[in-house]
Amino acid sequence: MNLKQERKRNTILTLVLALGSFLIIQGLMMAGLIRSYQMVTISTICINIILAAGLNLVTGFTGQFSLGHAGFMAIGAYTCAVFIQRDASLLSFALGVLAGAVFAAVCGVLIGIPTLRLKGDYLAIATLGFAEIIRIFAQNLTITGGAAGLSNIPKFTNWPMLWAFTVATLLLIISFIHSSHGRACIAIREDEIAAESMGINTTKYKVMAFAIGAFFAGIGGALYASTFYILKPTTFGFMKSIDILMIVVLGGMGSMTGTVIAAAVLAIITMLLQSFSELRMVLYAVMLVAIMLFRPQGLMGDRELAVPAFLKKRQKKTPEAK
Amino acid sequence: MALLTVKNLTKSFGGLTAVADVNMTIEEGELVGLIGPNGAGKTTLFNLLTGVYVPTHGKVILNTHGKEREIQGKKPYDICGEGIARTFQNIRLFKELSVLDNVRIAMHQRVNYTMLPGAFFHTPKYMREEERMIKEAEELLDIFQLSHKKNEKAKNLPYGEQRHLEIVRAMATKPDLLLLDEPAAGMNPNETAALTETIAQLRRDFGLTILLIEHDMSLVMKVCERIYVLNYGQMLAHGVPEEIQNNAQVIEAYLGGER
Repeated sequence: MNLKQERKRNTILTLVLALGSFLIIQGLMMAGLIRSYQMVTISTICINIILAAGLNLVTGFTGQFSLGHAGFMAIGAYTCAVFIQRDASLLSFALGVLAGAVFAAVCGVLIGIPTLRLKGDYLAIATLGFAEIIRIFAQNLTITGGAAGLSNIPKFTNWPMLWAFTVATLLLIISFIHSSHGRACIAIREDEIAAESMGINTTKYKVMAFAIGAFFAGIGGALYASTFYILKPTTFGFMKSIDILMIVVLGGMGSMTGTVIAAAVLAIITMLLQSFSELRMVLYAVMLVAIMLFRPQGLMGDRELAVPAFLKKRQKKTPEAK
Repeated sequence: MALLTVKNLTKSFGGLTAVADVNMTIEEGELVGLIGPNGAGKTTLFNLLTGVYVPTHGKVILNTHGKEREIQGKKPYDICGEGIARTFQNIRLFKELSVLDNVRIAMHQRVNYTMLPGAFFHTPKYMREEERMIKEAEELLDIFQLSHKKNEKAKNLPYGEQRHLEIVRAMATKPDLLLLDEPAAGMNPNETAALTETIAQLRRDFGLTILLIEHDMSLVMKVCERIYVLNYGQMLAHGVPEEIQNNAQVIEAYLGGER
């Protein structure tokens, strides 16, 4: 089977999944089964997928353990909020999302260059420190509204828009992973010394992965700002970074399908547990421990959802040219 | 001028001098062996040549494609770009990745599309390049009869094939000089004989220059044109295989001398 056929089949699969998800939820909405309350969960899922997909590129694929993702999200969120509070137009929103993403990516490069020479735990602590710096900035600057944060942020996002952003993010990141540049990132995760000896500038690709992850975190943050009206510095604390990391680890490091599934599962669990108020966090934690005990590699490991086996079998019957 | 000239190369780790004042030349197209007892500094020398370590002092001069340049202290990826590729003594494949991906990663520095738009948007140029890379990777894998296993994870290959894959991966960087660090380690005599054959073939077909570390003397004496002997970080002797076999100092270093 050659590359073109494979691409064609993957494109069809992607279209089916993307449009299918849209139509199912649209249908449920029209049938009145999803109301504004559940819509909040769906928005959260979309935003979390965007955030976690970026982090998965950094942590799952490039192997750089980052605890600073909430920092980049905050940059995107505040940047976009400032834009649309000045001028509540769709154009201003579009510019705000773009500016937030670019600003976050630039910060990603600036933070990445000094910290990415660290490894493992040390890198995690350095990135954590960086995210705290961003939060403290947000808490003390006038433009970000200080400790009170920003409120009454105009809402521009809606379900089709969030869906489009989510699908676009996933497509771009998955395409990147399946490129030579993406493989260079994965090589760093597998064996840094070997990657370097095979001609891969490891620092460059680590910083690049970090910047791309930050870019999408910026988009996720910008959408968050416009979806949930208010921004407070406390939203972007340590726990937010952990939440995103949890989606990546739970879904399986190095599996985009896993990220999507985990983002959905975690948000739905949170929603269903709303009625247990005090017990909620305990139950949530117990579930996480259970999943990690029984599936330490995450729900999907590093596998992706691929074309179903029965379709592959049919392909095999036609003998290959070689 | 020789393809590779090593001048007074020295590496100290604190008080220990792992490689001391080593001089060495390799002519274009030669197959040179590097031998010595365990701990003699052979792998350290490889690491110095490939940029994994920065030498304490001394020079490494590479002369290919009519250009002469000093490469000591450069980063490993730059040295790879200059045309030196290597394999590792303890196999360092990208274990979780497919055989094909292992080879394609080594082709990265010559890839002809950019991150934007190529990598993100899979432009026609991306498609052409990826197809070229798959084709070239398969051709290289064919040398070791590995192309039918291209979709298997590297870690699932038998030991001998993992060693072969390391050589294929190094070849994918299109080197002028190939450094092999104990390519026959852990192989049985039949496998070693087959490997000897393939190394000779690689050299013929690709016009390669090869420097290899090996403990298996049957391989070294059979294929190497010249041999360098390291002991305690110092160059003990060099010469053609017959000279080395009869060199009293070498015999003493390997077997222990009479006192």
